[in-house]
Amino acid sequence: MTDLPDNGRASDTAWSSDAFKNRLARRHRKELGLKLLGLGALTLAFLMLGILLWTLISGGAQAFRQTHVTLDVPISAQMVDPADPAAGNYRGVIAEAMQATFPDAPQERMRALSGILSNAAQFVLRDRVVADPELIGQVVQIRVPTSDTYDQLNKGNVNEASDESTRRLNDEDIRAFRQLEAEGRITLPFNWALFTNADSRFPELAGLRGAIIGSFYALLVCFLISFPLGIGAAIYLEEFAPKNKISDIIEVNINNLAAVPSVVFGLLGLAVFLNWFGMQRSAPFVGGLVLALMTLPTIIIATRAALKAVPPSIREAALGVGASKQQVVFGHVLPLAMPGILTGTIIGLAQALGETAPLLLIGMNAFVTSAPGTPFDASTALPTQIFIWADSPERGFVARTSAAILVLLGFLVLMNAIAIFLRNRFERRW
Amino acid sequence: MYDTNRPEAAVGQQDIKISASDVQVFYGPKQAIKDLNVEILDKTVTAFIGPSGCGKSTFLRCINRMNDTVDTARVEGRIAIDGQNIYDRGVDPVQLRAKVGMVFQKPNPFPKSIYDNVSYGPKIHGLARDKAQMDEIVETALRGAALWNEVKDRLHEPGTGLSGGQQQRLCIARAVATAPEVLLMDEPCSALDPIATSQVEELIEQLRTRFSVVIVTHSMQQAARVSQKTAFFHLGSLVEYGDTNDIFTRPRDSRTEAYISGRIG
Amino acid sequence: MTGLAFAVLLSAALAGYAMNRRAALALRNGGERLHSLGSFHGLYALLLVLVPAFVATILWIMLEGSVINALTLSGLPDGVLAGATNPQLILTEIQSIAGGRIFGTPDPWKLEAADRMASLRATSGWLLVAVIAALSAALLYVSRRQVTADFRARQAAERIVMGLMITCSLIAVFVTIGIVFSLVFESVRFFQMVPLTEFLFGTRWEPQMPIRADQVAAEGAFGVLPVFLGTLVITFVAIVIAVPVGLLSAIYLNEFASRRFRAVAKPILELLAGIPTVVYGFFAILTVAPALRAWGAALGIPVAPNTALAAGSVMAIMLIPFISSFADDALSAVPRSLRDGAIALGATRSETVLNVLFPAAIPGIMGGVLLAVSRAIGETMIVLMAAGLIAKMTINPLDSVTTITVQIVTLLIGDTAFDSPKTLAAFALGLMLFIVTLFINILALRIVRKYREQYD
Repeated sequence: MTDLPDNGRASDTAWSSDAFKNRLARRHRKELGLKLLGLGALTLAFLMLGILLWTLISGGAQAFRQTHVTLDVPISAQMVDPADPAAGNYRGVIAEAMQATFPDAPQERMRALSGILSNAAQFVLRDRVVADPELIGQVVQIRVPTSDTYDQLNKGNVNEASDESTRRLNDEDIRAFRQLEAEGRITLPFNWALFTNADSRFPELAGLRGAIIGSFYALLVCFLISFPLGIGAAIYLEEFAPKNKISDIIEVNINNLAAVPSVVFGLLGLAVFLNWFGMQRSAPFVGGLVLALMTLPTIIIATRAALKAVPPSIREAALGVGASKQQVVFGHVLPLAMPGILTGTIIGLAQALGETAPLLLIGMNAFVTSAPGTPFDASTALPTQIFIWADSPERGFVARTSAAILVLLGFLVLMNAIAIFLRNRFERRW
Repeated sequence: MYDTNRPEAAVGQQDIKISASDVQVFYGPKQAIKDLNVEILDKTVTAFIGPSGCGKSTFLRCINRMNDTVDTARVEGRIAIDGQNIYDRGVDPVQLRAKVGMVFQKPNPFPKSIYDNVSYGPKIHGLARDKAQMDEIVETALRGAALWNEVKDRLHEPGTGLSGGQQQRLCIARAVATAPEVLLMDEPCSALDPIATSQVEELIEQLRTRFSVVIVTHSMQQAARVSQKTAFFHLGSLVEYGDTNDIFTRPRDSRTEAYISGRIG
Repeated sequence: MTGLAFAVLLSAALAGYAMNRRAALALRNGGERLHSLGSFHGLYALLLVLVPAFVATILWIMLEGSVINALTLSGLPDGVLAGATNPQLILTEIQSIAGGRIFGTPDPWKLEAADRMASLRATSGWLLVAVIAALSAALLYVSRRQVTADFRARQAAERIVMGLMITCSLIAVFVTIGIVFSLVFESVRFFQMVPLTEFLFGTRWEPQMPIRADQVAAEGAFGVLPVFLGTLVITFVAIVIAVPVGLLSAIYLNEFASRRFRAVAKPILELLAGIPTVVYGFFAILTVAPALRAWGAALGIPVAPNTALAAGSVMAIMLIPFISSFADDALSAVPRSLRDGAIALGATRSETVLNVLFPAAIPGIMGGVLLAVSRAIGETMIVLMAAGLIAKMTINPLDSVTTITVQIVTLLIGDTAFDSPKTLAAFALGLMLFIVTLFINILALRIVRKYREQYD
């Protein structure tokens, strides 16, 4: 018991020796090294986030504005029969208007010149005339989107210095556009069509209306199913379930279900809802069902956490005055847990809003040019629309994909902001 | 750099090892210690006693700058070891802690083998040149902690497999292995049974011949048994400091008297 | 129509509540002593009407599709189906015509069938409303009859509620059973066409089997090994990048960062986890893959257009916050006393982390890494957009590989016929994916739970 460690050590291990000081300096350098590595890792992650957002914003910002051209269109009774304005040859009317705008252009250029306008021009004109047949015989001023290639030109995405044969627009096309620009016919207003149009084959006409409504219906169905089911299951498991094997199995099952890959839920939806039950393909209702099954574990887990956070004293106090167990839970515990439950639910719904793979499998990547009227009509959803557009070769769809992503991220930020607000506003500390 | 060379000549038995003057400690806006002045002697066991929350552990954790690891903690004033203020800019807390060992309330062996637990300090500080020297340091430290005979055949089993008392002695061995000059003990026996407690107390008596030992304790009997000097803390202030015998038989302050007679605490 | 049905059942339930409550109050006013409060009599009626009518509506919506399909098919002119090898495709076409999406000029009999389908749907809608109205009325009558002074309405209502809650918690189990059953059912049909051994050990994956017998195409081959290998390559790339970056981030946040920095940095890091995977996929094809190709060209290394590296590294970005938050939790769960012990011995922070905290936290971190692996294997959109479609037996990350999930989606995208091995192969892949990820998840959750218990 007596031979305690000796303070007198060999000189190279003594506290003040150079060897010790060097070692200490080395150790501090190692510490700094780890610190810098950690900071580097974080910076890398932030950098990636920054590049991602910058790519989306810089690429998507363009799509929020759309090049329009203003034309004076003489509508002759030859082309449009006043008796049946809907059946008029509006393509011809537009061609005449282009002829008038470019009086010097040779006949063989007319086709190319008409290509400046979007395909939608004739329909815009038709709708105007059908609404007001008085216009026949007059000169009407219309403002219509240009086609995508000219939109890109106007936004500076065409390298005019490059070899003519490598571009989709030749020098003559560009000169024609510059002429229109010089005449003050080209404008670049906010692209409302992005929100008011459904999908289209033409980038300049494609919008998100169908996708937004489809996503809304799907989320609505998802919420209506997963919220009550999730709360019911959570209350039972947290407050009433006996501690036995069956409860254990349910518990393990829910935890595992939360980690099942989303594409497997898509397979379930395809096999069960579409193939066995014969439900409508591409319908937001089916999408909502699949998303509900995926969101269910999230909501159950969040609800149980919120119920657990309500202190037992509340339950005991209510039980003490003779309330039944269910009255205690539904009358006292559940209302107190509600902010937590809602927060968890909104976060779960936000995840569901971004979910893509299962929706692809049940056909929500269909090409649908009209917004769904009911949850049972074929439709896309925001993420599947992004997937479709990302797959489209036209230049205009690249910007539109970024813009659609920004819209989706906007909705996600909004939902998470609501969740955070709820948490901060109503969270109680016991 | 802080000078670690102790003068070889004429080291008296009762040198002042640690001297604290005007120490204030804050946790956020709350003041935990106010105006503390104390001088702790070398080769002596000093006991800190006082009711819970009186600041005794807080002050103990200032002596090896453990409070640095608490974000909100702020220490003002001067604490000097061998005349060197340990809160000076130039002082490296890593080096300081190698010299000021600490044993905690709950035994906290690392989830490693007994050998690795004891050799950890010497290893990081580079105190051994080779394996043989490390073996020697480990053995000496374990003998010093009165644990060698119990564990010498299972040095490579996990330290967490020992009993509570053994774990605490392992932690003492771990602290002793770096050959500190001061050993801080924060209620080292509060988690132990009476037999283990008496073993550790015996050990403290042994350690006194080498280091300055500062022990925080709840038990006044323990303070009376192991210490030569006692400091009584109350509400963040040092109320009374003196020979253990005097404090327990002739307390000067009424609060000290009230505490040791069991009326506050 | 469905909306109307819901309106009917809701108003019937509310009417039941009001009616029974009034009846119970009338009894009390008549001098009787009620066992339960009037509102419980009302609640009992509400539940008694609502639950069966609601379930009936849901069942109707789920089942009407297959009944209508069967009726439509049976009404087709003779011989149309006999000549076709694939009734599924015909049905799909009729469905889209009935849904208003007409491509080209369909045969007149298809248009006729679509008309019939549309009218069947309308009939089904009205029938639903009628059935729900009748059912609600009957249930209202039953519940009204039960209002007596000693009817234990509270207990009866609570029994219904309890039954509902048990059903809710069983639904999670049913979902699992549904997944397993549908995957196994379709996979069994697949393995009747393609032997299990060929699927598991075959080294060629060329599923482009002709859908119709008269189509000329190469024979399909269904060996899953190259697909599985591709999945592993991409997962490996993702994990190799994400684990060190995630761990180091966690160590920095846990040990070195000030509290204010941590409060800002953690939510930003979690933003990465909240971004939908389709966005990452787009990022991969728009930015990362071209960048990798450019670097490859600059270095003179041939880089395929859809490299495993591009898909894997973008997946890694997605996994960084996942691993980081798991590691952060695991490091924070190590008791403070261990950290104090190391620091009091004079260990630097990095020594404390690397020698003491990290070894103690390894089980928790391992659990998180395993869950990340399972995520990487099951991740679909990033690989669907950024990885290749052709299965290759290669482990070169600069080559183009395909994954299980990519194949599942590409095999099933567009019109599907549930009788070709091409479609069913997707379910066999799905079954494989489910089993592999389930195994990893169970292992990971078990490790994590054990670890938590250790320090509780």
